[in-house]
Amino acid sequence: MFTIFRDLFRSRGAFAAGALLLAVVVLVAAASLVSPYPPNDSFVVPPDLAPSWPHILGTTSRGQDVFWQLTFAIRNTLLFGFIVAMVSRAIALVVGLVSGYAGGLTDRVLMSINDTFIVIPLFPILVLFYFVMRDSMSWTLLALAMACLGWAYDARLIRSVAMSLRTREFTDTSVFSGMSTRQILAQEHMPYVLPIVFSTTLNNMNWSIGLEVTLSVLGFTNIDTPTIGVMIYWANQHTAMVAGIWWWIFFPVLLVVITFVGLFLLAVSMNEYIDPRSRLSRAAT
Amino acid sequence: MSNPVLTVSDLRAFYQTSAFGIQREVRAVDGVSFHVAANEIYGLAGESSCGKTTLIRTIAGAARPPLKVVGGAITFDFKGRRVSVTDADPKMLAAIRWKHLSCVMQGSMNVLNPVRRIRHSFIDFASRHVGEPMPVFLEMVRVHLRRLDLEARVLDVFPHQLSGGMRQRVAIALATVCRPDFIIADEPTTALDVIVQNSVLAMIREVQRELGSSLIFVTHDLAVHANLSDRLGIMYAGRLVEEGPTADIFRKPRHPYTINLISSLPRIGSDNRNKGLEGAPPNLANPPSGCRFHPRCPLAMDICRRENPPMTEHGPGHRVACFAAVPEKVQ
Amino acid sequence: MRGYSIYLLGRLGQFLLVVFIGINIAFIVTHATPIDPVEQSIAATTQFGSTNPEAIALMRQSLRELYGLEGGLWDQYLVFWKRMAVGDFGPSLSAFPTPVRVLIWRALPWTAGLLLIATVISWVLGNLLGGLAGYYRNSKVLWIAGVMAMAFHPIPYYIVAFVLLILFGYVWPVLPISGGYTMNMQPAFEPAFIASLLKHSILPVLSLVLVGLGGWFMGMRSLVSNIVSEDYVTYAELGGVDSRRILVSYVMRNALVPQVTGLAMSLGAIFTGAIITEQVFGYPGLGTLLVSAVHTGDYSLVLGITSVSIVAVSVAVLAVDLLYPFLDSRVRTAG
Repeated sequence: MFTIFRDLFRSRGAFAAGALLLAVVVLVAAASLVSPYPPNDSFVVPPDLAPSWPHILGTTSRGQDVFWQLTFAIRNTLLFGFIVAMVSRAIALVVGLVSGYAGGLTDRVLMSINDTFIVIPLFPILVLFYFVMRDSMSWTLLALAMACLGWAYDARLIRSVAMSLRTREFTDTSVFSGMSTRQILAQEHMPYVLPIVFSTTLNNMNWSIGLEVTLSVLGFTNIDTPTIGVMIYWANQHTAMVAGIWWWIFFPVLLVVITFVGLFLLAVSMNEYIDPRSRLSRAAT
Repeated sequence: MSNPVLTVSDLRAFYQTSAFGIQREVRAVDGVSFHVAANEIYGLAGESSCGKTTLIRTIAGAARPPLKVVGGAITFDFKGRRVSVTDADPKMLAAIRWKHLSCVMQGSMNVLNPVRRIRHSFIDFASRHVGEPMPVFLEMVRVHLRRLDLEARVLDVFPHQLSGGMRQRVAIALATVCRPDFIIADEPTTALDVIVQNSVLAMIREVQRELGSSLIFVTHDLAVHANLSDRLGIMYAGRLVEEGPTADIFRKPRHPYTINLISSLPRIGSDNRNKGLEGAPPNLANPPSGCRFHPRCPLAMDICRRENPPMTEHGPGHRVACFAAVPEKVQ
Repeated sequence: MRGYSIYLLGRLGQFLLVVFIGINIAFIVTHATPIDPVEQSIAATTQFGSTNPEAIALMRQSLRELYGLEGGLWDQYLVFWKRMAVGDFGPSLSAFPTPVRVLIWRALPWTAGLLLIATVISWVLGNLLGGLAGYYRNSKVLWIAGVMAMAFHPIPYYIVAFVLLILFGYVWPVLPISGGYTMNMQPAFEPAFIASLLKHSILPVLSLVLVGLGGWFMGMRSLVSNIVSEDYVTYAELGGVDSRRILVSYVMRNALVPQVTGLAMSLGAIFTGAIITEQVFGYPGLGTLLVSAVHTGDYSLVLGITSVSIVAVSVAVLAVDLLYPFLDSRVRTAG
């Protein structure tokens, strides 16, 4: 398992780049643990200062240090994305594996439902959800709602892996040689399923973080907890662009773009790596 | 004696890969020389991974990375027009394709474009050589199809609407529509059931007879060779080990590998238990020194380990590459 | 033709299922939560200043009727579906008494137009470039184009729109950043209006295309590089077929088939992106309408837009599904 990552690092520049970007982001998030200012306090430092020492990324109109706010913001955003990805992983795995292995009517029915969730536009529904919940809207609730709506695309991918595994010869061989279903699943199939789970997790995180930022900027989430989207929301409320406080917007946007690109590069390079056909053409000298 | 249509001299084609920091060179075709005369069916036999498909692909000019021609020459002579596949430019190759040189490949069920009707395949492959307006060309194609016992309406359907055997026969019709001088056939009947196999083989024989083309026919099925090929070449581990008129190969095989191959063919009424060859074909990334068959050969001598035996004449048109080949090993 | 009818029925069934489940989700979200939309609306409308309690009580009663919240859950469900079926969402609270239906009808063409143009451009361009990149693997130009397209792809629509807004609104103000056409202009079929229309659509379309292009590019490129090693392509090369003919007729034609399916599957996501982008640029489509509806506590409008979105996207998907058999005949003739 470890050798796979080492090989990925060496041979796929995209993977190394993505990992590097993500490492930077995680470091910034980790810095939140040593922040001298609590995240929700305002007017702890002089407002509207341009980037300079000691406020290296400037301060906001609410009297907060941009850098330290950012550490909390990115930490919360990342955590949010991670939770959504985990919960929707569970749903996607169940649906995808059951559908792929069972086949027949079960598969047809599950996929019909699955495709429904792919087609339905999720943003209006989330907005409707916010409208109804208003101040009772919490991050957990939002994460749950997004996880329950956003599993469909990945379920399909997992299903196609499961389908191809079910019909491959080595499965028949394992069955004939007397392996129990659990053994087959754990030993023979897992190495094929894990990579797709990993890359879909990364893509799902991108999606959920993107949606969180969008909803937060519009003010449709709990705007008292700092996340990237909420930071930009407050910046807009204080018309930061017009007032010339560009650093309040620029740095959150920059950091979140780095996150997106990093996750994306990791996911794409992983996908390319595990695809056996591209491996052969890459091996040719 | 006219010039041979195809001359292959000392051809070497290897797969060169570099993955995970390891360089690997698989010597799939390693010093093969033979020729095919006009109006002749040359059969190529050997077990899987002996290099015959690689050889065919290279002769057809279809060697793609990681497969690379590292040495030797392939030359065609189409009634005076000489073309060297190994150092021709793509334009020259495109000009001879289909008109002089065509192929019927393994898995011909899938060689037709699945999203277009069959007539488009004929138009794409052949119309540029014929140079006639479309209706005239299509009529020519219909005549050709009818002569091969295929209905003309086949042109108007999609490939998936035909059975595997039908698609194979359409592929053969497609390969012969320009009346080429040389046809390469790589296992065209392998995936078909026996009855369809028969009709496809009959069609191939009929076409060859009528067009007078030369044909290289590759298959591991010796029964088919006995039926079809005029001359037969046996390949083992990337090299030709024996070659001669089909009847000679079957009645008087000289190379120990060929002898074993022929004797392993089941015969009605005989009940001698065949002892298969020990061992397995060698790994072509790391082939044995000298004669590649020596690890499994019952007649192996010291020289076999050191040197690669050259092809020597053992009879009219019968060549064998073996130091220990003895005359008159009769069945 | 029998195969086609079966396929048609299947897709129609799927369409109905999507609409059914979607509208049910809307119902669950609005009716199955402990929060009362009536209270939310009242809270939003009485935000600024106080209203006397009698008026509030009256409002509450009429809103309950309006929102179909009288009676038990089952009665509410029936009322809900009855209204959905005829498209009666009631009057808009923020633009009283204009019916929600009228507001949506006004905004829908803007969203539809934006969606159509942006999707067509990114799908066609993305597939074209991706196909070429997959075929001519050694082209430096195509490689660079690919990197650029993929650089934008992971970034969410809002951020790209926002950055474009800042760039062209503040840093280099050459393009209009708000509205569908110049304010106070009268809509008419004359060049001045049409020019203004186009000018105002540049940034929203650009924003959508920048994000969407990369997805199609990557998909097509990987499809094409796989198809290139398929039997029928290598055979066509062996047959000396002109390489441009192979690219178009053998490679692209086959690669487009799954891309059309992909289009149908992405329409929901593209729609979401479109309405988000609209909001950034104040483009007078469903997106701007939705956000302002939330801010004014206009429950009926929000519900109406959500429902219409679900139906609209489903119809679009159905349309693509119906065209699919003309591209891939295997569906047509399958029994």
